[in-house]
Amino acid sequence: MTADKSSLFSRIESYRRRAGRVRGSVIETAHGGGGRAMRDLLDDVIVGVFVREFGSRELSDHEDQARFELTALSARGDRLAVTTDSYVVTPLEFPGGDIGSLAVNGTVNDLAVGGARPLYLTCSLVIEEGLEIAVLRRIVRSMARAAKHAGVAIVTGDTKVVARGAADRLFINTTGIGVIPRGVEVASNRVAPDDVLLVNGYLGDHGAAILVARGELQLETDIPSDCAALSPLVELLLSELDVHAMRDVTRGGLAAVLNELALASEVGIVVNAKALPVRHEVAGFCEILGLDPVHLANEGKLVVAVPKAQATRALELMRSHPLGQHAVAIATCRRDPPGLVTLDTGFGGERILDMLVGEPLPRIC
Amino acid sequence: MKYIDEFRDPVAGRRVLKQIEGLVARLKPRTAPLKIMEVCGGHTHSIFKFGLEVMLPDVIELVHGPGCPVCVLPVGRIDDAIAIAEQPNVIFTTFGDAMRVPGSAKSLLATRAGGADIRTVYSPTDALALARANPGREVVFFGLGFETTVPATALTILEADADNIDNFSVFSNHITIIPTINALLETPDLTLDGFIGPGHVTMVIGLEPYRFVAERFAKPMVISGFEPLDILQAIQMLLAQFVEGRCEVENQYRRLVRDDGNQAALRAIAEVFELRPFFEWRGLGSIDHSGLTLRERFARFDAERRFTTPKLTVADPKACQCGAVLKGALKPWECKVFGTACTPQTPIGACMVSSEGACAAYYNYGRLTTLRRAPS
Repeated sequence: MTADKSSLFSRIESYRRRAGRVRGSVIETAHGGGGRAMRDLLDDVIVGVFVREFGSRELSDHEDQARFELTALSARGDRLAVTTDSYVVTPLEFPGGDIGSLAVNGTVNDLAVGGARPLYLTCSLVIEEGLEIAVLRRIVRSMARAAKHAGVAIVTGDTKVVARGAADRLFINTTGIGVIPRGVEVASNRVAPDDVLLVNGYLGDHGAAILVARGELQLETDIPSDCAALSPLVELLLSELDVHAMRDVTRGGLAAVLNELALASEVGIVVNAKALPVRHEVAGFCEILGLDPVHLANEGKLVVAVPKAQATRALELMRSHPLGQHAVAIATCRRDPPGLVTLDTGFGGERILDMLVGEPLPRIC
Repeated sequence: MKYIDEFRDPVAGRRVLKQIEGLVARLKPRTAPLKIMEVCGGHTHSIFKFGLEVMLPDVIELVHGPGCPVCVLPVGRIDDAIAIAEQPNVIFTTFGDAMRVPGSAKSLLATRAGGADIRTVYSPTDALALARANPGREVVFFGLGFETTVPATALTILEADADNIDNFSVFSNHITIIPTINALLETPDLTLDGFIGPGHVTMVIGLEPYRFVAERFAKPMVISGFEPLDILQAIQMLLAQFVEGRCEVENQYRRLVRDDGNQAALRAIAEVFELRPFFEWRGLGSIDHSGLTLRERFARFDAERRFTTPKLTVADPKACQCGAVLKGALKPWECKVFGTACTPQTPIGACMVSSEGACAAYYNYGRLTTLRRAPS
């Protein structure tokens, strides 16, 4: 081989091995094709971002799977917790968050409310061709930031590109793995007849934020989503209290979660309508549209059931944390009628608070 | 919230309840409960949302009337709406709560899932804006509601006419309240004692059109607002009429309703709409002069003339006893299919369809009343 040829090969070799840089401004089918274009996208916009953000060793290895030391895991607790969730939201970016932070915090929260300490996340992206790369870049950065903030590592993932119309811009699936410390027993069927239920702050912010952000309502208000990772707050509560049950309040709103708890534990739950924390903007928004804040989605709220004797301390602990500043006790439990959630309307009446049948639909008059 | 919290004040509520109890004590002894019908679905919704039924003395029985415009849409009209929505190039726009109403084969929600372009809007002007933004598409607005929503539809059509928008039309299912109340009152087996009148409709049409209720049918009526305190006060005013032997149409909702209504809105309605000879209601059958259609001059904005539709009258499901419930002859839970074949998830009849329907409201919120009142 001549010197010329050898330098040519080494130039080609170094080009082949360089960190990829994505070209163009929108995602094309080639970005999911498994070839160089896909490698460029992963290096530049997805994996590279995760690696740069928290030096995730598992990801940079380019293996087909993430690998964990069992001994390291078992040192943290005696049970693994696994959860998975797919995120589809329009618009992708909204006040207070985006689909990326949602995909991290939502899965982290599903682990945390089981008493698990969230450790690892997977990240699968389904991208519709035509998505602006700048948008994807912002969302992946947001995921990385949210993961770092929540103390979880994104350890493996997958990227697919589908034809126009086969997806709505971007879908994200995340699977989370956490470890439940020895002795922690949080379960939906552990709510006792003398428990008190607390919520960590304003209800309905996320649902209202998304509806407003869609721009169809022409409402001049800017309600930010409450999207947040609840694991630090959960850890604080578990450090001191005998938490019987804990659920994050997401789709279906507070009404859905309370009904699930009441049915699982066969207790009656009495909600104090006057105590429900709702922002003025959200309350007004619901009045206009004929919606109810107890049916709106949240992404940074949880309901905790604690024994009556610990309710005051639980409230103190919650309010001492930034994620629980507006915490309140919202409901008490009783033996009868089992499985039924009722609402003390605050006007002197009482009614049943059931789950919604379908999605919340604005009323005509 | 200002102007809302005041009307949800429990202290004021207790005060009115005391007055109601005082009036009940002065009623002539009776064997049957005092049946008061709230005509409007908005009232039904508030009554259940705030648990008013459990607060009232047992002698007062609230009957939940036919005033939810979504619930009373007949099967045939839903089928027509679906036929329009399924035509290529159509963007069909509707208020959200009409999405779930079952037609003979499916609902608009299911039709959308099947590929039709059906969108939820919050007012007819949203639909007109869609028409302007999509000049190559046909945008159809599903016109629903009593006189409360008719003015907005009328004004939108006038605007479309002025701006010569040629891809916008309205599928009018607008209905009027007076012939409906009249039809109810003419029912032979009617056992109602008085009415809570619809606040928002009356804001448009004024008090005068209701006089016949008191004068010809000797039933008192109080036009009411929609907050719990409004409704309690309306009941108190009705009781005062019973006790004092009066029979009048009174206005509790003075902060919004003028005795002569809203003349500008009435003019817009009259300019654009005319009465149909008759209109079909789910649960109640055909009622003369109860539906509104576009006048000839606005024919180009009339979806019924622009598109071919089946235009079939489809009978209500046999098992359904909505008619009896809407007239107050039957309580929701006395219907044969209530809570078994007919649930909010799989509604058969009008009253279970929208959250304002008597049966749905009862199913969602009201079971507590029967739990309480059931003899044990």
